[in-house]
Amino acid sequence: MDDLIIAGEKFSSRLIMGTGGAPSLEVLDQALAASGTELTTVAMRRLDPRSRGSVLDVLRERDIKVLPNTAGCFTAGDAVLTARLAREALGTNWVKLEVIADERTLLPDPIETFDAAERLVADGFVVLPYIGDDPALARRLEQAGCAAVMPLGAPIGSGLGIRNPHNIELIVEAASVPVILDAGIGTASDAALAMELGCDAVLLATAVTRAQRPDVMASAMKAAVTAGRLARQAGRIPRRRYAEASSPMTP
Amino acid sequence: MMVQINGATHEVADGTTVAQAVRALTATTTGVAVAVNDEVVTRGAWETTALRERDRVEVLTAVQGG
Repeated sequence: MDDLIIAGEKFSSRLIMGTGGAPSLEVLDQALAASGTELTTVAMRRLDPRSRGSVLDVLRERDIKVLPNTAGCFTAGDAVLTARLAREALGTNWVKLEVIADERTLLPDPIETFDAAERLVADGFVVLPYIGDDPALARRLEQAGCAAVMPLGAPIGSGLGIRNPHNIELIVEAASVPVILDAGIGTASDAALAMELGCDAVLLATAVTRAQRPDVMASAMKAAVTAGRLARQAGRIPRRRYAEASSPMTP
Repeated sequence: MMVQINGATHEVADGTTVAQAVRALTATTTGVAVAVNDEVVTRGAWETTALRERDRVEVLTAVQGG
């Protein structure tokens, strides 16, 4: 499979993992290994002196690049501060920008997200914004200097798959930065569909970490992303209303 | 003087530095970042940045998420 390139950095895996929802660091470690991921998100939270072990140790051991997110932020100001703290704590200027509108849907707030994206780009960050499946917003964020766009398939953790494949295709058609399908993936066929629609990568967490067997689902996702990418590159046959014989019709 | 560290009120000696506030929570310094009153204090400035009355100190680290 061809490399994924984000902001000039090459990745041979097109599966970006999240770390949320895993029952333990051991289970997470096994799932990350099975997924083959090279880029994985973490969240920033108040340090808890009682917690033992760190997700950062797991990523370091596996030589996986860390992608801090701004999960939990409701305003551009909060997101910018969180990104700056992540840069300080983790030594990376990459950030998955996530500014949510409300806790019930966890849908991204487009106004706050765009505001934060402009400020972070100006501050030298490599910005990967999580957005709705909105082609106009995706284009505006690319013009603002974002390194990728990350439209959702469905709400975070819902496992509903890709609710509007047509919009994902429109985003892909217009984008010159990588399009990463983020959120909503429930099972392997969803990840394959994202890649068949032309997405450059898939980001998922819950579908693996809360599967009954996370490491096995991680393997399935890895295979699905590869299969979907290859199918996209192969060029699928057109859909037809009626049958078209594949054998000669005359004896 | 009284300061807020990660949302909890603490009484600390006058002249307490950011570095001392962090050490009260954790011995590790890698993977940790600090904001005082919503402004990042870079690691190189922890030892020389003194807290003031009613400062809000946030000590953050990476956790599972996303």
